[in-house]
Amino acid sequence: MRRLPQRAGKDMRKYYMLLNALVLTLLIGSGPRLAAAADAATIVLAKGFMFAPTAITVPAGSTVTWTNRDQEPHTVVSENGLFRSGALDTDESFSFRFDKPGTYRYACSIHPQMVATIVVQ
Amino acid sequence: MSVDKTLHTRRAALRCLAFGSAGTLFTLAGGVFTPVELADAHNAALPGKPLFVQISDTHIGFNKDANPDVGGTLTRSIALVNALPQRPSLIIHTGDITHLSKPAEFDLAQQLLSQLRGTELHTVPGEHDVSDATVSEYFTRFGQPSGNRGYYSFDHLGVHFVALVNVLQFKPGGLGTLGAEQLAWLADDLKGRTASTPLVVFAHMPLWTIYEPWGWGTGDAAQLMELLRRFGSVTVLNGHIHQIVQKVEGNVTFHTARSTAYPQPAPGEGAGPGPLTVPAEQLPGMLGVTSVSLQRHPRALALSDATLAAARG
Repeated sequence: MRRLPQRAGKDMRKYYMLLNALVLTLLIGSGPRLAAAADAATIVLAKGFMFAPTAITVPAGSTVTWTNRDQEPHTVVSENGLFRSGALDTDESFSFRFDKPGTYRYACSIHPQMVATIVVQ
Repeated sequence: MSVDKTLHTRRAALRCLAFGSAGTLFTLAGGVFTPVELADAHNAALPGKPLFVQISDTHIGFNKDANPDVGGTLTRSIALVNALPQRPSLIIHTGDITHLSKPAEFDLAQQLLSQLRGTELHTVPGEHDVSDATVSEYFTRFGQPSGNRGYYSFDHLGVHFVALVNVLQFKPGGLGTLGAEQLAWLADDLKGRTASTPLVVFAHMPLWTIYEPWGWGTGDAAQLMELLRRFGSVTVLNGHIHQIVQKVEGNVTFHTARSTAYPQPAPGEGAGPGPLTVPAEQLPGMLGVTSVSLQRHPRALALSDATLAAARG
């Protein structure tokens, strides 16, 4: 597991450029790994005091990025302690790479009514 | 304050806050805490000895439309407390000191709060104060009195004060939580205290359910009430919801304080419990602090809520 930088700064943009290049390469290349690569930049939004989508399924090795679109800060905290973002202000992001299959429930620690799930296959 | 055109700007409106009261002063009278408007506290003698002022939800670091100058409104709230004719010796901050738990926000908050003259500051964390990835910034600065547990108690003028934490063991989808360990500690802390000892219990999130869909309550508060029930005078003070809600249940008076930063919607109005942007001229009336004073005969506490608009704004 690897924590990515919390904020989408220059490094983050470089990372995404590389990621896009990788996706493109794989798109041109072969079939089976396509889904994994395409999902590698899965975005979940925190908007209107909800995570959207509230449940997604991604292949192992995928990185999920959460972006806060509310005027109020949110956090992304896994129920089992695997990952925990700091407070994300408006338009800030947090990313986490899921290597192991399983069901990961998480919530916002500032608004615990915001709950959602990532299923890793 | 003289009226001029600059009053129509938000900044001027905020400057105007300096002349209003920003809190609630609590006095203890006849075993019951009674709130008194801080604005009134400036004009008339309060019943009893000033006990403490409650400040809440200062949200240092917040900079959006609902109040682009939360440092300014806190400074004005502090000036108001400092100007009280009889200054209380305690200040209680019921959490959300900062907005994003950033070191720079805590530094600024501490710098501003240090301008409270001759008073002792007691704090509990809000969920915004423990939202850093390592949950360490609050405890680095305010953890000492509690051995980094967050909850603690102390005595002052014959009143027993209990500081509780209900923002750490959050349950997904649930309300605030005190937890078994903290409740066991409190049972032990209260054991042997006479029922006539006035209690002040403070925590960030409401210790009774105000609105469950927004998490405005504490899931295991019923167990807390069991421990408090035998006492003749209990005052439960909270923040979190940025508006005053009060309830009396037996000998227990519940009271939530205003924020010094920005208002929030009434329970269930709108998408969620976020900052409420109001016309600039309405903002001062929605920010404030709470004062508590102590009456000896009969022994009781009096609460006073005051807004930044109440006096000369």
